[in-house]
Amino acid sequence: MTSDSLTRAFALLLKRDLVLAVRHRAEMINPLLFFVLVTSLFPLGIGADPKLLQAVGPGVIWVAALLAALLSLEGIFRSDFEDGTLEQFLLSSHPVSVLVLAKVLAHWLITGLPLLVISPLLGVLLGLPGDAIIILLVTLALGTPVLSLIGAVGVALTVGLRKGGMILSLLVLPLYVPLLIFAASAVDTAAAGLPVTAHLSLISALLVLALSLSPLATAAALRISLS
Amino acid sequence: MFNNFFHKMASPKYFYRISGRLIPWLAIAFVLVTLAGLYYGLVKAPPDYQQGDSYRIMFIHVPAAWMSMFVYVVMATAGAIGLIWRIKLAEVVAISSASIGAWFTFLALVTGSIWGKPMWGTWWVWDARLTSELILLFLYLGVIALYNAIDDKRTAARAVAILALVGVINIPIIHYSVEWWNTLHQGPTVTKLDKPSIHLSMLIPLLLMAVSFKLYYAFVVLMRARCEVLERERHTGWVRELAETK
Repeated sequence: MTSDSLTRAFALLLKRDLVLAVRHRAEMINPLLFFVLVTSLFPLGIGADPKLLQAVGPGVIWVAALLAALLSLEGIFRSDFEDGTLEQFLLSSHPVSVLVLAKVLAHWLITGLPLLVISPLLGVLLGLPGDAIIILLVTLALGTPVLSLIGAVGVALTVGLRKGGMILSLLVLPLYVPLLIFAASAVDTAAAGLPVTAHLSLISALLVLALSLSPLATAAALRISLS
Repeated sequence: MFNNFFHKMASPKYFYRISGRLIPWLAIAFVLVTLAGLYYGLVKAPPDYQQGDSYRIMFIHVPAAWMSMFVYVVMATAGAIGLIWRIKLAEVVAISSASIGAWFTFLALVTGSIWGKPMWGTWWVWDARLTSELILLFLYLGVIALYNAIDDKRTAARAVAILALVGVINIPIIHYSVEWWNTLHQGPTVTKLDKPSIHLSMLIPLLLMAVSFKLYYAFVVLMRARCEVLERERHTGWVRELAETK
């Protein structure tokens, strides 16, 4: 197979997933609603004191983003598994890890990017200063792809199970911890007016690591789940 | 010869025979080393000038924490061997290690919490190393849950191996991220190679207990692996023979 046809397969797969998402708009919007809803529950739960909200804001937004991503993860492979498309991927002559990357990219475009767009609004609701909101956007831009990439491994491992949902969160959430720590603390640091280059470098490193290793692990996990 | 040895060890029948002979010796060694470690730790070692007698829980806590990491690495290594060379026995060792490792992690958390109460004045603090042990426990529980959820045990073992490998890449990242996030824990006192800041009278029981925990793990993992091998190989000739002769 030439690399040209691989690029074509990548583009076709990406387009197919995006078209599917546009036709099922609810699946796209639900995680977003969930994200906004969870974030707006916190002021109700812990009180609306602006100082308090500003202090917990970055953590709250990031935890909500984590949960919203988790909620949408199953969509990466579930329907393809059920109708047999996934088996066709494995049988195709293209490297599965590249096809996986196309599906993960589509998933991020469908669920990660909308979080990014709406997050400044939530930052304003929680009273974050302007600089912190910009850093929040940057951390989400770098971090949400990591959520999709790591999550794909978990979904690939659990896609064959009838009740994969609970186990999926047990598998994936502990792996999200470093990202949560660096991202929330970057926004915190920015709110205090300090430089955040180190945090952003670490998150970028996580992204590069996840980008290079997780498609391979996902492909291997898919082969096992479908064996 | 080397190859031959591995080839033999990878055969479940041979493993079953050898491990059956090894277990009693490992168990005896474990009892002896544990008794020696406890004697030196609880009787011989002097009380700490700051922490009094309560530091003695260290002789359980520290080896348990070491084992919690060690077992995870063993599990991931065995899982990788199973994935790459398709050695069934490695899969068995990997999955037999999971729950032992989870219990070591739990033990490290509980003893740490009991130790923390007199030292820090609270049962739980979001201290870096406690937190990374807690996350390690979640990683173990994920492995166990995934293994139990998949019906076909060979598929399950391979899925678990992938998860363990992903986890083992993440453990250092989690460890350092939590370390930078918050730390209250006392610094390492043994691993400073030039001059450990722990007195010899306390170091000896600590190392004895570390060896005792290793021995415990070795014989329990062999026992669990034997059961698992029997269950997996129950339709083969040698297991039937074994059942008939008993």
